[in-house]
Amino acid sequence: MNLLDSVFIAKASFIGVIFLITLGVAAYSTYFERKIAAFMQDRIGPDRAGPFGILQPLADAVKMFMKEDFIPANSNKWLFIMGPCLSMLTALMTSAVVPFGDTITLGDVTFDLQGIDVNIGILWVFGIVSLGVYGILIGGWASNNKYSLLGAIRAASQNISYELAMGLSIIAILMMTGSLSTKAIVEAQQNGHWNILYQPMGFVIFLICAFAECNRTPFDLPECETELIGGYHTEYSSMKLGFFLFAEYINMFISGAVMATLYFGGYDYPGVDFVTAQFGATAATLIGMGALIGKALAFVFIFMWVRWTLPRFRYDQLMGLGWSGLIPIAMFNVVVTGLGVLLNQQILVGFGGLIVFIAGIVVYDQLFVKKKLA
Amino acid sequence: MKLSNRTKVVEQGEMTLAERMYLPAIVGGMATTLKHFFSKPVTIRYPEQQRYLGPIYRGHHILKKDEQGAERCTACGLCAVACPAEAISMVAEERKKGEEKLYREEKYAKVYEINMLRCIFCGLCEEACPKEAIFLRHDQMVPVFNSRDEVIYGKDKLVEKMDQRYLREGWK
Repeated sequence: MNLLDSVFIAKASFIGVIFLITLGVAAYSTYFERKIAAFMQDRIGPDRAGPFGILQPLADAVKMFMKEDFIPANSNKWLFIMGPCLSMLTALMTSAVVPFGDTITLGDVTFDLQGIDVNIGILWVFGIVSLGVYGILIGGWASNNKYSLLGAIRAASQNISYELAMGLSIIAILMMTGSLSTKAIVEAQQNGHWNILYQPMGFVIFLICAFAECNRTPFDLPECETELIGGYHTEYSSMKLGFFLFAEYINMFISGAVMATLYFGGYDYPGVDFVTAQFGATAATLIGMGALIGKALAFVFIFMWVRWTLPRFRYDQLMGLGWSGLIPIAMFNVVVTGLGVLLNQQILVGFGGLIVFIAGIVVYDQLFVKKKLA
Repeated sequence: MKLSNRTKVVEQGEMTLAERMYLPAIVGGMATTLKHFFSKPVTIRYPEQQRYLGPIYRGHHILKKDEQGAERCTACGLCAVACPAEAISMVAEERKKGEEKLYREEKYAKVYEINMLRCIFCGLCEEACPKEAIFLRHDQMVPVFNSRDEVIYGKDKLVEKMDQRYLREGWK
């Protein structure tokens, strides 16, 4: 009973820490988004609130809370409130299965640095991410506004389209690991056997799909200002709008963590054995947790970098890329991975498959695509 | 007729394979933004940092004094005539005995007012002035005002102070 109690307390405090880290990262993502945008446009960015503007998220939060909380007269009031709550809830739930570190021993209690180690970890992520679009859909529909509805419809169809390619790219990983558990996937990648080496094609597909799932540029059509005013959050104001925006940043961080888990070895980092021998297992585990969060933050930077580089797709281009581009490539990747598992030569077959794929595209282009007459 | 020989005829045909794949262009674009990420910002933090606007920028008006500290203005009114915005008005007064130290000429401006809401900072008053009395200084601007009472600048704000004289590049 005593042991159960202490495990429970340890788990609860760990979940609290993850919760705080996620919220803190999301809050400061808004600041760094503006800073990175500014640097990429040769500007300075926010620098008035505190030194280098680091109190800017606080100021933004105060602004958000102080604004009028407006609910349109003809909206469905309960669903209107439920939309952002659902977005926030699902965004925070995904992190439960991400293994943030190896086991850690405090006193006489040993526990995993992971919310829950379920044997269907990846399916959990998929399920919650699919639910995430409900927040947008409900919010857009309840606004009783045609632009919000159009944004919500776009979000829904976009997420469904890109989940297929995302799932197919993960199937290749499951074939290699043989388990749906995120912990097992990370443990299979220890000591530098990161999946990015075995699955370069799968990673690119997963990355593109993650952009689409997070509704980030170049796939931010649900909140496309030029056509839809503000998209699904046109009618939202005050902290309800803040929740939608916040959920987007949380999703970015969590999808970065998921990508690090699936493709970049999770909490693995070069020199684990050395640190374990020199400073003990606890230090090694904590550095591993830092490594995972660092990898996730690197992905957040890539998300922002892409946002301030690319314009957004047209909607038919988005659908074309998803259905006739990514899904066939992902299927090809599954076949190549299967071949690699069968021959037990995964890296060789993986890169061979990539070369065959590029060569096939070039040959197809030479043979069948009409050339401009010189 | 060609104005320059730099005309470049662009033909848009079918996109090549690399162009249709987007990825090379995306990588190129990301390299460009990364280059800018590490380059120096061009921002000037305005109230704290100020850009040098050049030696002949037309800013705040100033009524110059000569080396002995006597006002140069003789209230001839040419500046007011030249002013396209009719921003300048003045009242002339004859110089009394004993005031030679204060006023250089025998007639001087008792009241000299510029309405800063009307002024368009064209500098025609400076060009019209035969006594080299009024200038638009290059190093200082008319500050923002909050009330209409503040916009009419009298001699108290316009006449040069001897302890902080205005010098322009090229003047002795």
